[in-house]
Amino acid sequence: MTANRALTPALLVACIIAVFIACLLGSTPMPIDRVLLALFGSGDVSDQIVIWQIRLPRALAAFATGAALGISGAALQGLLRNPLAEPGVLGVSASASLFATFSLYYGLVALSPWVLPIAAMLGALAATALIALAAIKTRSVVTLILVGVGISAFAGAAMSLLMNLAPTPFTLSDMINWMLGSVANRSFRELGFAAPFILGGSAILLASRRGLSALTLGEEAASGIGLNLRNQRILTVLGAGIATGGSVALAGAIGFVGIVAPHIVRPFVGHDPARSLIPSALLAGLILVLADIGVRILPTVNELKLGVVAALIGAPAFIWIAMGRRAIHD
Amino acid sequence: MTELVAEKLSVHAGKTALVAQADFRVGAGEFVALIGPNGAGKTSLLRASLGLEKANGGCASIDGDNCAELAPMQRARRVAYLPQQRPLAWPNTVRDVVALGRYAYGAAPGRLGNQDADAVERALMKCGLKELASRHTDTLSGGELARVHFARALASDAGLLVADEPVAALDPRHQFRIMDIIHQYVAAGGGALVVLHDISLAARYASRMIWMKDTRIICDGPVEDTLTAERMADVFGVRAKVNGRAVEIEGAA
Repeated sequence: MTANRALTPALLVACIIAVFIACLLGSTPMPIDRVLLALFGSGDVSDQIVIWQIRLPRALAAFATGAALGISGAALQGLLRNPLAEPGVLGVSASASLFATFSLYYGLVALSPWVLPIAAMLGALAATALIALAAIKTRSVVTLILVGVGISAFAGAAMSLLMNLAPTPFTLSDMINWMLGSVANRSFRELGFAAPFILGGSAILLASRRGLSALTLGEEAASGIGLNLRNQRILTVLGAGIATGGSVALAGAIGFVGIVAPHIVRPFVGHDPARSLIPSALLAGLILVLADIGVRILPTVNELKLGVVAALIGAPAFIWIAMGRRAIHD
Repeated sequence: MTELVAEKLSVHAGKTALVAQADFRVGAGEFVALIGPNGAGKTSLLRASLGLEKANGGCASIDGDNCAELAPMQRARRVAYLPQQRPLAWPNTVRDVVALGRYAYGAAPGRLGNQDADAVERALMKCGLKELASRHTDTLSGGELARVHFARALASDAGLLVADEPVAALDPRHQFRIMDIIHQYVAAGGGALVVLHDISLAARYASRMIWMKDTRIICDGPVEDTLTAERMADVFGVRAKVNGRAVEIEGAA
Protein backbone atom coordinates (compact mmCIF):
# COMPACT_ATOMS: atom_id res chain seq x y z
CA MET A 1 0.00 0.00 0.00
CA THR A 2 2.80 2.43 0.87
CA ALA A 3 4.31 2.11 -2.59
CA ASN A 4 0.91 3.00 -4.05
CA ARG A 5 0.51 6.03 -1.79
CA ALA A 6 3.93 7.28 -2.83
CA LEU A 7 3.08 7.05 -6.53
CA THR A 8 1.60 10.51 -7.03
CA PRO A 9 4.20 12.44 -4.98
CA ALA A 10 7.02 10.48 -6.67
CA LEU A 11 5.64 11.25 -10.12
CA LEU A 12 5.25 14.91 -9.20
CA VAL A 13 8.89 15.13 -8.09
CA ALA A 14 9.99 13.31 -11.25
CA CYS A 15 8.04 15.78 -13.39
CA ILE A 16 9.65 18.78 -11.70
CA ILE A 17 13.11 17.23 -12.12
CA ALA A 18 12.39 16.45 -15.78
CA VAL A 19 11.26 20.02 -16.49
CA PHE A 20 14.41 21.28 -14.79
CA ILE A 21 16.58 18.94 -16.88
CA ALA A 22 14.77 20.22 -19.97
CA CYS A 23 16.02 23.68 -18.98
CA LEU A 24 19.60 22.39 -18.63
CA LEU A 25 19.84 20.55 -21.92
CA GLY A 26 19.61 21.88 -25.44
CA SER A 27 21.73 22.99 -28.35
CA THR A 28 23.91 24.82 -25.81
CA PRO A 29 23.94 22.93 -22.51
CA MET A 30 23.74 25.29 -19.55
CA PRO A 31 25.24 24.53 -16.13
CA ILE A 32 22.91 24.14 -13.15
CA ASP A 33 23.95 27.36 -11.39
CA ARG A 34 23.21 29.50 -14.44
CA VAL A 35 19.83 27.82 -14.97
CA LEU A 36 18.89 28.36 -11.32
CA LEU A 37 19.93 32.01 -11.46
CA ALA A 38 17.96 32.54 -14.67
CA LEU A 39 14.91 30.78 -13.25
CA PHE A 40 14.84 33.13 -10.29
CA GLY A 41 15.18 36.19 -12.50
CA SER A 42 18.82 37.07 -12.04
CA GLY A 43 22.01 36.20 -13.87
CA ASP A 44 22.82 36.70 -17.50
CA VAL A 45 20.05 38.32 -19.59
CA SER A 46 20.57 35.95 -22.54
CA ASP A 47 20.35 33.01 -20.13
CA GLN A 48 17.05 34.37 -18.84
CA ILE A 49 15.72 34.64 -22.40
CA VAL A 50 16.77 31.08 -23.22
CA ILE A 51 15.16 29.73 -20.06
CA TRP A 52 12.00 31.82 -19.81
CA GLN A 53 11.18 32.24 -23.47
CA ILE A 54 12.41 29.02 -25.02
CA ARG A 55 13.17 26.08 -22.78
CA LEU A 56 10.74 26.45 -19.86
CA PRO A 57 7.60 27.19 -21.90
CA ARG A 58 8.48 24.36 -24.26
CA ALA A 59 8.96 21.89 -21.41
CA LEU A 60 5.77 23.03 -19.73
CA ALA A 61 3.87 22.78 -23.03
CA ALA A 62 5.09 19.20 -23.39
CA PHE A 63 4.01 18.49 -19.82
CA ALA A 64 0.57 20.10 -20.23
CA THR A 65 -0.03 18.24 -23.50
CA GLY A 66 0.94 14.93 -21.97
CA ALA A 67 -1.07 15.56 -18.81
CA ALA A 68 -4.21 16.39 -20.81
CA LEU A 69 -3.83 13.27 -22.95
CA GLY A 70 -3.01 11.08 -19.95
CA ILE A 71 -6.04 12.13 -17.91
CA SER A 72 -8.34 11.97 -20.97
CA GLY A 73 -7.02 8.52 -21.87
CA ALA A 74 -7.49 7.22 -18.33
CA ALA A 75 -11.03 8.64 -18.15
CA LEU A 76 -12.07 7.30 -21.57
CA GLN A 77 -10.69 3.90 -20.62
CA GLY A 78 -12.81 3.99 -17.49
CA LEU A 79 -15.92 5.03 -19.39
CA LEU A 80 -15.52 2.49 -22.19
CA ARG A 81 -14.01 -0.12 -19.85
CA ASN A 82 -11.20 -0.82 -22.24
CA PRO A 83 -7.45 -0.22 -21.82
CA LEU A 84 -7.08 0.57 -25.52
CA ALA A 85 -9.35 3.61 -25.50
CA GLU A 86 -7.41 6.84 -25.88
CA PRO A 87 -7.88 10.21 -27.65
CA GLY A 88 -5.39 9.25 -30.38
CA VAL A 89 -6.76 5.78 -31.09
CA LEU A 90 -10.38 6.93 -30.99
CA GLY A 91 -9.73 9.65 -33.56
CA VAL A 92 -10.35 12.47 -31.07
CA SER A 93 -6.90 14.02 -31.54
CA ALA A 94 -7.08 13.64 -35.31
CA SER A 95 -10.48 15.27 -35.44
CA ALA A 96 -9.28 18.10 -33.18
CA SER A 97 -6.23 18.71 -35.32
CA LEU A 98 -8.42 18.65 -38.45
CA PHE A 99 -10.61 21.42 -37.03
CA ALA A 100 -7.49 23.32 -35.96
CA THR A 101 -5.94 22.96 -39.41
CA PHE A 102 -9.21 24.07 -40.95
CA SER A 103 -9.22 27.26 -38.91
CA LEU A 104 -5.59 27.87 -39.89
CA TYR A 105 -6.28 27.20 -43.54
CA TYR A 106 -9.10 29.69 -43.79
CA GLY A 107 -7.23 32.27 -41.77
CA LEU A 108 -9.84 32.23 -39.00
CA VAL A 109 -7.05 32.23 -36.42
CA ALA A 110 -6.30 35.86 -37.32
CA LEU A 111 -9.64 36.85 -35.77
CA SER A 112 -8.73 35.99 -32.21
CA PRO A 113 -6.12 33.92 -30.40
CA TRP A 114 -9.00 31.89 -28.93
CA VAL A 115 -10.12 30.59 -32.34
CA LEU A 116 -7.46 27.89 -32.52
CA PRO A 117 -8.04 26.29 -29.12
CA ILE A 118 -11.82 26.54 -29.54
CA ALA A 119 -11.68 24.96 -33.01
CA ALA A 120 -9.49 22.14 -31.69
CA MET A 121 -11.84 21.62 -28.77
CA LEU A 122 -14.90 21.52 -31.02
CA GLY A 123 -13.17 18.94 -33.20
CA ALA A 124 -12.35 16.86 -30.15
CA LEU A 125 -15.90 17.14 -28.82
CA ALA A 126 -17.41 16.17 -32.18
CA ALA A 127 -15.37 12.97 -32.23
CA THR A 128 -15.91 12.11 -28.55
CA ALA A 129 -19.66 12.70 -28.87
CA LEU A 130 -19.81 10.42 -31.90
CA ILE A 131 -17.98 7.70 -30.00
CA ALA A 132 -20.23 8.14 -26.97
CA LEU A 133 -23.28 7.83 -29.25
CA ALA A 134 -21.85 4.68 -30.75
CA ALA A 135 -21.18 3.44 -27.22
CA ILE A 136 -24.88 3.70 -26.39
CA LYS A 137 -25.82 1.70 -29.49
CA THR A 138 -23.24 -1.02 -29.28
CA ARG A 139 -21.92 -2.93 -26.32
CA SER A 140 -18.89 -4.14 -28.17
CA VAL A 141 -15.77 -2.17 -27.44
CA VAL A 142 -14.16 -3.52 -30.57
CA THR A 143 -16.87 -1.76 -32.57
CA LEU A 144 -16.10 1.47 -30.72
CA ILE A 145 -12.42 1.26 -31.50
CA LEU A 146 -13.33 0.62 -35.13
CA VAL A 147 -15.56 3.71 -35.10
CA GLY A 148 -12.56 5.60 -33.74
CA VAL A 149 -10.33 4.20 -36.47
CA GLY A 150 -12.94 5.38 -38.97
CA ILE A 151 -12.99 8.89 -37.49
CA SER A 152 -9.20 8.91 -37.51
CA ALA A 153 -9.08 7.84 -41.15
CA PHE A 154 -11.68 10.40 -42.15
CA ALA A 155 -9.90 13.22 -40.32
CA GLY A 156 -6.63 12.09 -41.94
CA ALA A 157 -8.20 12.09 -45.39
CA ALA A 158 -9.75 15.52 -44.89
CA MET A 159 -6.38 16.78 -43.68
CA SER A 160 -4.67 15.34 -46.76
CA LEU A 161 -7.28 17.08 -48.87
CA LEU A 162 -6.46 20.41 -47.21
CA MET A 163 -2.76 19.76 -47.73
CA ASN A 164 -3.46 18.85 -51.33
CA LEU A 165 -5.14 22.20 -51.81
CA ALA A 166 -2.63 24.17 -49.73
CA PRO A 167 -1.92 27.45 -51.52
CA THR A 168 1.68 27.88 -50.37
CA PRO A 169 4.48 25.65 -49.10
CA PHE A 170 4.34 27.71 -45.92
CA THR A 171 0.76 26.68 -45.09
CA LEU A 172 1.71 23.13 -46.01
CA SER A 173 4.53 22.98 -43.48
CA ASP A 174 2.26 24.58 -40.90
CA MET A 175 -0.29 21.82 -41.40
CA ILE A 176 2.32 19.10 -41.22
CA ASN A 177 3.27 20.51 -37.83
CA TRP A 178 -0.31 20.00 -36.66
CA MET A 179 -0.56 16.53 -38.03
CA LEU A 180 2.69 15.32 -36.59
CA GLY A 181 2.54 17.14 -33.28
CA SER A 182 5.30 19.28 -31.82
CA VAL A 183 5.93 21.69 -28.96
CA ALA A 184 8.84 23.49 -30.64
CA ASN A 185 8.81 27.29 -30.25
CA ARG A 186 5.87 27.38 -27.86
CA SER A 187 5.61 30.47 -25.68
CA PHE A 188 3.82 31.17 -22.42
CA ARG A 189 1.24 33.03 -24.49
CA GLU A 190 0.18 29.90 -26.37
CA LEU A 191 0.34 27.92 -23.15
CA GLY A 192 -1.99 30.49 -21.60
CA PHE A 193 -4.59 30.05 -24.32
CA ALA A 194 -4.59 26.26 -24.05
CA ALA A 195 -4.37 26.04 -20.26
CA PRO A 196 -7.99 27.00 -19.45
CA PHE A 197 -9.22 24.14 -21.65
CA ILE A 198 -6.78 21.61 -20.27
CA LEU A 199 -7.50 22.64 -16.68
CA GLY A 200 -11.25 22.92 -17.22
CA GLY A 201 -11.51 19.53 -18.93
CA SER A 202 -9.36 17.91 -16.25
CA ALA A 203 -11.52 19.47 -13.53
CA ILE A 204 -14.67 17.97 -15.09
CA LEU A 205 -13.00 14.56 -15.31
CA LEU A 206 -11.80 14.71 -11.72
CA ALA A 207 -15.19 15.85 -10.43
CA SER A 208 -16.93 12.93 -12.13
CA ARG A 209 -14.28 10.28 -11.54
CA ARG A 210 -16.20 8.31 -8.91
CA GLY A 211 -18.65 7.15 -11.58
CA LEU A 212 -15.75 5.61 -13.51
CA SER A 213 -15.13 3.25 -10.59
CA ALA A 214 -18.82 2.32 -10.60
CA LEU A 215 -18.60 1.45 -14.30
CA THR A 216 -16.13 -1.31 -13.41
CA LEU A 217 -19.26 -3.40 -12.74
CA GLY A 218 -20.63 -2.80 -16.24
CA GLU A 219 -23.34 -0.30 -17.13
CA GLU A 220 -26.26 -2.34 -15.84
CA ALA A 221 -24.88 -2.95 -12.36
CA ALA A 222 -23.41 0.55 -12.26
CA SER A 223 -26.92 1.97 -12.71
CA GLY A 224 -28.03 -0.46 -10.04
CA ILE A 225 -25.61 0.94 -7.46
CA GLY A 226 -26.84 4.46 -8.15
CA LEU A 227 -24.84 5.81 -11.08
CA ASN A 228 -26.61 8.25 -13.39
CA LEU A 229 -25.25 6.72 -16.58
CA ARG A 230 -26.35 9.47 -18.94
CA ASN A 231 -24.74 12.24 -16.89
CA GLN A 232 -21.58 10.22 -16.46
CA ARG A 233 -21.26 9.73 -20.22
CA ILE A 234 -21.84 13.43 -20.90
CA LEU A 235 -19.34 14.58 -18.26
CA THR A 236 -16.57 12.19 -19.31
CA VAL A 237 -17.02 12.93 -23.00
CA LEU A 238 -17.12 16.66 -22.32
CA GLY A 239 -14.10 16.62 -20.01
CA ALA A 240 -11.97 14.44 -22.28
CA GLY A 241 -13.03 16.42 -25.35
CA ILE A 242 -12.18 19.80 -23.81
CA ALA A 243 -8.85 18.64 -22.36
CA THR A 244 -7.79 16.87 -25.56
CA GLY A 245 -8.84 19.91 -27.59
CA GLY A 246 -6.62 22.07 -25.41
CA SER A 247 -3.68 19.72 -25.85
CA VAL A 248 -4.11 19.61 -29.64
CA ALA A 249 -4.34 23.41 -29.77
CA LEU A 250 -1.00 23.50 -28.00
CA ALA A 251 0.91 20.71 -29.69
CA GLY A 252 -1.09 19.15 -32.51
CA ALA A 253 -2.02 15.49 -32.59
CA ILE A 254 0.16 13.33 -30.36
CA GLY A 255 -0.95 9.75 -30.04
CA PHE A 256 -0.53 6.81 -27.70
CA VAL A 257 0.71 8.57 -24.52
CA GLY A 258 -2.88 8.32 -23.30
CA ILE A 259 -2.65 4.54 -23.54
CA VAL A 260 0.82 3.94 -22.24
CA ALA A 261 0.62 6.08 -19.09
CA PRO A 262 -2.63 4.66 -17.64
CA HIS A 263 -1.47 1.14 -18.50
CA ILE A 264 1.67 1.58 -16.40
CA VAL A 265 -0.19 3.34 -13.58
CA ARG A 266 -3.13 0.94 -13.23
CA PRO A 267 -1.50 -1.85 -11.19
CA PHE A 268 -0.31 0.74 -8.64
CA VAL A 269 -3.80 2.11 -7.99
CA GLY A 270 -5.62 -1.22 -7.63
CA HIS A 271 -6.87 -1.02 -11.23
CA ASP A 272 -9.37 1.62 -10.16
CA PRO A 273 -10.08 4.06 -13.02
CA ALA A 274 -10.91 6.91 -10.62
CA ARG A 275 -7.62 6.66 -8.79
CA SER A 276 -5.67 6.34 -12.04
CA LEU A 277 -6.55 9.81 -13.36
CA ILE A 278 -4.02 12.00 -11.56
CA PRO A 279 -1.03 9.61 -11.73
CA SER A 280 -1.80 8.96 -15.42
CA ALA A 281 -1.78 12.69 -16.11
CA LEU A 282 1.55 13.13 -14.31
CA LEU A 283 3.18 10.12 -15.96
CA ALA A 284 2.00 11.09 -19.45
CA GLY A 285 3.31 14.61 -18.84
CA LEU A 286 6.62 13.16 -17.69
CA ILE A 287 6.87 10.93 -20.75
CA LEU A 288 6.34 13.82 -23.15
CA VAL A 289 8.80 16.10 -21.33
CA LEU A 290 11.42 13.35 -21.55
CA ALA A 291 10.56 12.54 -25.17
CA ASP A 292 10.85 16.22 -26.04
CA ILE A 293 14.25 16.42 -24.39
CA GLY A 294 15.23 13.46 -26.58
CA VAL A 295 13.89 15.20 -29.66
CA ARG A 296 15.96 18.29 -28.85
CA ILE A 297 19.28 16.65 -28.09
CA LEU A 298 19.24 13.97 -30.80
CA PRO A 299 21.71 15.10 -33.46
CA THR A 300 19.36 14.86 -36.45
CA VAL A 301 19.40 17.16 -39.49
CA ASN A 302 15.78 18.20 -39.05
CA GLU A 303 14.46 18.20 -35.50
CA LEU A 304 12.21 15.19 -35.01
CA LYS A 305 8.55 15.89 -34.30
CA LEU A 306 7.46 15.00 -30.78
CA GLY A 307 4.33 13.28 -32.10
CA VAL A 308 6.44 11.05 -34.32
CA VAL A 309 8.63 9.97 -31.43
CA ALA A 310 5.59 9.41 -29.20
CA ALA A 311 4.00 7.20 -31.86
CA LEU A 312 7.25 5.29 -32.45
CA ILE A 313 7.28 4.38 -28.75
CA GLY A 314 3.53 4.23 -28.19
CA ALA A 315 2.28 2.27 -31.18
CA PRO A 316 4.31 -0.87 -30.37
CA ALA A 317 3.10 -0.55 -26.78
CA PHE A 318 -0.47 -0.39 -28.09
CA ILE A 319 0.03 -3.60 -30.08
CA TRP A 320 1.63 -5.26 -27.09
CA ILE A 321 -1.26 -4.31 -24.76
CA ALA A 322 -3.84 -5.38 -27.37
CA MET A 323 -2.21 -8.77 -27.85
CA GLY A 324 -1.88 -9.34 -24.12
CA ARG A 325 -5.61 -8.90 -23.49
CA ARG A 326 -7.55 -11.97 -22.57
CA ALA A 327 -10.53 -12.80 -24.70
CA ILE A 328 -12.93 -12.88 -21.72
CA HIS A 329 -13.04 -9.10 -21.48
CA ASP A 330 -15.28 -8.72 -24.51
CA MET B 1 -38.27 -2.58 5.86
CA THR B 2 -38.68 -1.95 2.18
CA GLU B 3 -41.58 -2.87 -0.06
CA LEU B 4 -41.51 -2.98 -3.83
CA VAL B 5 -44.91 -2.76 -5.52
CA ALA B 6 -45.69 -2.99 -9.23
CA GLU B 7 -49.14 -2.12 -10.54
CA LYS B 8 -50.26 -2.93 -14.06
CA LEU B 9 -46.66 -2.61 -15.24
CA SER B 10 -46.19 -2.96 -19.02
CA VAL B 11 -43.04 -2.80 -21.10
CA HIS B 12 -42.83 -2.73 -24.89
CA ALA B 13 -39.89 -2.91 -27.26
CA GLY B 14 -41.23 -1.23 -30.38
CA LYS B 15 -44.51 -3.00 -31.01
CA THR B 16 -43.60 -6.19 -29.18
CA ALA B 17 -44.89 -6.50 -25.64
CA LEU B 18 -42.23 -7.71 -23.20
CA VAL B 19 -44.26 -7.39 -20.03
CA ALA B 20 -48.04 -6.98 -19.91
CA GLN B 21 -50.03 -5.68 -16.96
CA ALA B 22 -47.84 -7.11 -14.23
CA ASP B 23 -48.92 -6.76 -10.60
CA PHE B 24 -46.81 -7.97 -7.70
CA ARG B 25 -45.42 -6.93 -4.37
CA VAL B 26 -42.35 -8.00 -2.43
CA GLY B 27 -41.82 -7.00 1.16
CA ALA B 28 -39.62 -7.62 4.19
CA GLY B 29 -39.02 -11.22 5.23
CA GLU B 30 -40.11 -12.64 1.89
CA PHE B 31 -38.01 -14.79 -0.44
CA VAL B 32 -39.82 -14.56 -3.74
CA ALA B 33 -38.72 -16.65 -6.70
CA LEU B 34 -39.60 -15.31 -10.14
CA ILE B 35 -40.07 -18.34 -12.36
CA GLY B 36 -40.61 -18.68 -16.08
CA PRO B 37 -39.08 -19.87 -19.33
CA ASN B 38 -36.56 -17.85 -21.33
CA GLY B 39 -38.18 -14.86 -22.99
CA ALA B 40 -41.13 -14.74 -20.58
CA GLY B 41 -40.22 -11.17 -19.64
CA LYS B 42 -38.64 -11.72 -16.22
CA THR B 43 -35.62 -9.48 -16.73
CA SER B 44 -37.70 -6.70 -18.30
CA LEU B 45 -40.10 -6.92 -15.37
CA LEU B 46 -37.24 -6.55 -12.88
CA ARG B 47 -35.66 -3.66 -14.77
CA ALA B 48 -38.93 -1.81 -15.21
CA SER B 49 -39.97 -2.31 -11.61
CA LEU B 50 -36.69 -0.71 -10.51
CA GLY B 51 -37.07 2.18 -12.93
CA LEU B 52 -33.98 1.11 -14.88
CA GLU B 53 -36.09 0.59 -17.98
CA LYS B 54 -38.94 2.84 -19.02
CA ALA B 55 -42.34 1.30 -18.38
CA ASN B 56 -44.93 1.87 -21.11
CA GLY B 57 -47.80 1.56 -18.70
CA GLY B 58 -48.56 1.17 -15.03
CA CYS B 59 -46.13 2.08 -12.31
CA ALA B 60 -43.75 0.64 -9.76
CA SER B 61 -42.95 2.10 -6.38
CA ILE B 62 -40.56 1.52 -3.52
CA ASP B 63 -42.13 2.39 -0.17
CA GLY B 64 -44.66 4.54 -1.98
CA ASP B 65 -42.13 6.48 -4.08
CA ASN B 66 -42.45 6.08 -7.82
CA CYS B 67 -39.36 4.23 -9.08
CA ALA B 68 -39.22 6.14 -12.34
CA GLU B 69 -38.86 9.42 -10.43
CA LEU B 70 -36.55 8.21 -7.69
CA ALA B 71 -32.95 9.47 -8.00
CA PRO B 72 -30.57 6.59 -8.82
CA MET B 73 -28.71 6.89 -5.51
CA GLN B 74 -31.94 7.07 -3.52
CA ARG B 75 -33.14 3.89 -5.18
CA ALA B 76 -29.78 2.16 -4.74
CA ARG B 77 -29.91 2.72 -0.98
CA ARG B 78 -33.24 0.89 -0.78
CA VAL B 79 -32.81 -1.87 -3.37
CA ALA B 80 -29.67 -3.79 -4.29
CA TYR B 81 -29.79 -5.08 -7.86
CA LEU B 82 -27.73 -7.93 -9.28
CA PRO B 83 -28.13 -8.05 -13.06
CA GLN B 84 -27.81 -11.17 -15.15
CA GLN B 85 -24.64 -9.97 -16.85
CA ARG B 86 -21.98 -9.26 -14.29
CA PRO B 87 -18.85 -8.23 -16.16
CA LEU B 88 -15.87 -6.85 -14.28
CA ALA B 89 -13.88 -4.51 -16.48
CA TRP B 90 -10.72 -4.40 -14.37
CA PRO B 91 -8.96 -6.90 -12.12
CA ASN B 92 -9.66 -4.97 -8.89
CA THR B 93 -9.31 -6.51 -5.47
CA VAL B 94 -12.34 -8.21 -3.97
CA ARG B 95 -12.59 -5.56 -1.26
CA ASP B 96 -12.64 -2.74 -3.84
CA VAL B 97 -15.44 -4.39 -5.81
CA VAL B 98 -17.49 -4.91 -2.65
CA ALA B 99 -16.79 -1.27 -1.71
CA LEU B 100 -18.63 -0.21 -4.88
CA GLY B 101 -21.77 -1.35 -3.06
CA ARG B 102 -21.36 1.83 -1.00
CA TYR B 103 -21.42 4.06 -4.09
CA ALA B 104 -24.88 5.41 -3.26
CA TYR B 105 -23.51 6.72 0.04
CA GLY B 106 -20.86 8.79 -1.69
CA ALA B 107 -18.05 6.35 -1.00
CA ALA B 108 -15.51 5.07 -3.49
CA PRO B 109 -12.91 2.29 -3.36
CA GLY B 110 -10.02 3.58 -1.30
CA ARG B 111 -12.17 6.35 0.19
CA LEU B 112 -14.52 4.70 2.67
CA GLY B 113 -15.93 6.31 5.79
CA ASN B 114 -16.15 4.29 9.00
CA GLN B 115 -19.73 3.26 8.34
CA ASP B 116 -18.88 2.27 4.77
CA ALA B 117 -15.84 0.26 5.87
CA ASP B 118 -17.97 -1.54 8.48
CA ALA B 119 -20.63 -2.40 5.91
CA VAL B 120 -17.98 -3.74 3.53
CA GLU B 121 -16.39 -5.91 6.24
CA ARG B 122 -19.79 -7.29 7.29
CA ALA B 123 -20.65 -8.10 3.67
CA LEU B 124 -17.29 -9.86 3.17
CA MET B 125 -17.92 -11.86 6.34
CA LYS B 126 -21.46 -12.90 5.37
CA CYS B 127 -20.27 -14.15 1.98
CA GLY B 128 -17.23 -15.95 3.36
CA LEU B 129 -14.78 -13.71 1.52
CA LYS B 130 -12.57 -12.61 4.41
CA GLU B 131 -9.61 -14.62 3.17
CA LEU B 132 -10.10 -13.53 -0.42
CA ALA B 133 -10.51 -9.81 0.33
CA SER B 134 -7.12 -8.80 -1.08
CA ARG B 135 -7.22 -11.13 -4.08
CA HIS B 136 -7.66 -9.69 -7.57
CA THR B 137 -10.95 -10.67 -9.18
CA ASP B 138 -9.31 -12.14 -12.27
CA THR B 139 -7.82 -14.89 -10.11
CA LEU B 140 -11.18 -16.09 -8.72
CA SER B 141 -13.39 -18.99 -9.77
CA GLY B 142 -16.95 -18.49 -11.00
CA GLY B 143 -18.37 -19.51 -7.63
CA GLU B 144 -16.13 -17.10 -5.76
CA LEU B 145 -17.01 -14.29 -8.17
CA ALA B 146 -20.72 -14.91 -7.61
CA ARG B 147 -20.12 -14.42 -3.87
CA VAL B 148 -18.19 -11.21 -4.57
CA HIS B 149 -21.19 -9.82 -6.45
CA PHE B 150 -23.49 -10.79 -3.61
CA ALA B 151 -21.20 -9.15 -1.09
CA ARG B 152 -21.27 -6.02 -3.23
CA ALA B 153 -25.07 -6.06 -3.11
CA LEU B 154 -25.19 -6.73 0.64
CA ALA B 155 -22.71 -3.94 1.36
CA SER B 156 -25.36 -1.41 0.34
CA ASP B 157 -27.43 -2.35 3.43
CA ALA B 158 -30.51 -2.08 1.21
CA GLY B 159 -33.76 -3.52 2.53
CA LEU B 160 -34.53 -5.32 -0.69
CA LEU B 161 -32.48 -7.55 -2.97
CA VAL B 162 -33.36 -8.08 -6.63
CA ALA B 163 -31.21 -10.69 -8.36
CA ASP B 164 -31.42 -11.96 -11.92
CA GLU B 165 -30.31 -15.60 -12.23
CA PRO B 166 -27.70 -15.41 -9.49
CA VAL B 167 -26.92 -19.13 -9.54
CA ALA B 168 -26.74 -19.72 -13.30
CA ALA B 169 -23.60 -21.64 -14.29
CA LEU B 170 -22.62 -22.46 -10.72
CA ASP B 171 -21.88 -25.95 -9.41
CA PRO B 172 -24.40 -27.38 -6.90
CA ARG B 173 -22.31 -26.52 -3.84
CA HIS B 174 -21.96 -22.89 -4.88
CA GLN B 175 -25.65 -22.73 -5.79
CA PHE B 176 -26.49 -23.75 -2.25
CA ARG B 177 -24.01 -21.30 -0.76
CA ILE B 178 -25.59 -18.43 -2.72
CA MET B 179 -29.09 -19.54 -1.78
CA ASP B 180 -28.02 -19.73 1.88
CA ILE B 181 -26.70 -16.17 1.67
CA ILE B 182 -30.06 -14.99 0.34
CA HIS B 183 -31.85 -17.05 2.97
CA GLN B 184 -29.87 -15.41 5.78
CA TYR B 185 -30.50 -12.00 4.28
CA VAL B 186 -34.25 -12.63 4.30
CA ALA B 187 -34.14 -14.12 7.80
CA ALA B 188 -32.49 -10.88 8.97
CA GLY B 189 -35.49 -8.89 7.75
CA GLY B 190 -34.67 -8.25 4.11
CA GLY B 191 -36.88 -9.01 1.13
CA ALA B 192 -35.62 -10.82 -1.95
CA LEU B 193 -36.94 -11.12 -5.49
CA VAL B 194 -34.85 -13.64 -7.37
CA VAL B 195 -35.09 -15.02 -10.89
CA LEU B 196 -34.34 -18.75 -10.80
CA HIS B 197 -34.33 -21.42 -13.48
CA ASP B 198 -33.67 -24.30 -11.13
CA ILE B 199 -37.22 -25.06 -9.98
CA SER B 200 -36.25 -27.52 -7.27
CA LEU B 201 -33.78 -25.04 -5.80
CA ALA B 202 -36.45 -22.33 -5.94
CA ALA B 203 -39.02 -24.61 -4.33
CA ARG B 204 -36.66 -25.53 -1.53
CA TYR B 205 -35.78 -21.95 -0.54
CA ALA B 206 -38.52 -19.57 -1.67
CA SER B 207 -41.46 -18.52 0.49
CA ARG B 208 -43.45 -17.52 -2.56
CA MET B 209 -43.32 -18.09 -6.32
CA ILE B 210 -44.30 -15.71 -9.09
CA TRP B 211 -44.85 -17.60 -12.35
CA MET B 212 -44.42 -15.78 -15.64
CA LYS B 213 -45.34 -16.95 -19.11
CA ASP B 214 -45.54 -15.01 -22.38
CA THR B 215 -45.16 -11.51 -20.84
CA ARG B 216 -47.77 -12.14 -18.11
CA ILE B 217 -47.70 -13.09 -14.47
CA ILE B 218 -50.02 -16.07 -14.47
CA CYS B 219 -49.76 -17.08 -10.86
CA ASP B 220 -48.41 -15.75 -7.56
CA GLY B 221 -48.53 -17.59 -4.26
CA PRO B 222 -46.86 -19.90 -1.73
CA VAL B 223 -44.76 -22.71 -3.17
CA GLU B 224 -47.06 -25.46 -1.87
CA ASP B 225 -50.06 -23.94 -3.64
CA THR B 226 -48.58 -22.89 -6.95
CA LEU B 227 -46.07 -25.63 -7.71
CA THR B 228 -48.08 -28.34 -9.50
CA ALA B 229 -47.42 -30.81 -12.27
CA GLU B 230 -50.04 -29.06 -14.42
CA ARG B 231 -48.34 -25.69 -13.98
CA MET B 232 -44.95 -27.15 -14.87
CA ALA B 233 -46.49 -28.51 -18.06
CA ASP B 234 -48.28 -25.26 -18.81
CA VAL B 235 -45.38 -22.87 -18.15
CA PHE B 236 -42.30 -24.88 -19.08
CA GLY B 237 -43.75 -27.60 -21.29
CA VAL B 238 -42.22 -30.39 -19.19
CA ARG B 239 -43.51 -33.51 -17.48
CA ALA B 240 -42.79 -33.23 -13.78
CA LYS B 241 -43.50 -35.15 -10.61
CA VAL B 242 -44.40 -32.82 -7.76
CA ASN B 243 -44.56 -33.88 -4.15
CA GLY B 244 -45.00 -30.95 -1.78
CA ARG B 245 -41.89 -28.83 -2.29
CA ALA B 246 -40.02 -31.56 -4.12
CA VAL B 247 -40.12 -31.55 -7.87
CA GLU B 248 -38.57 -33.91 -10.37
CA ILE B 249 -38.57 -33.11 -14.05
CA GLU B 250 -38.88 -36.21 -16.21
CA GLY B 251 -38.71 -34.80 -19.70
CA ALA B 252 -40.26 -32.54 -22.29
CA ALA B 253 -44.03 -32.78 -22.44
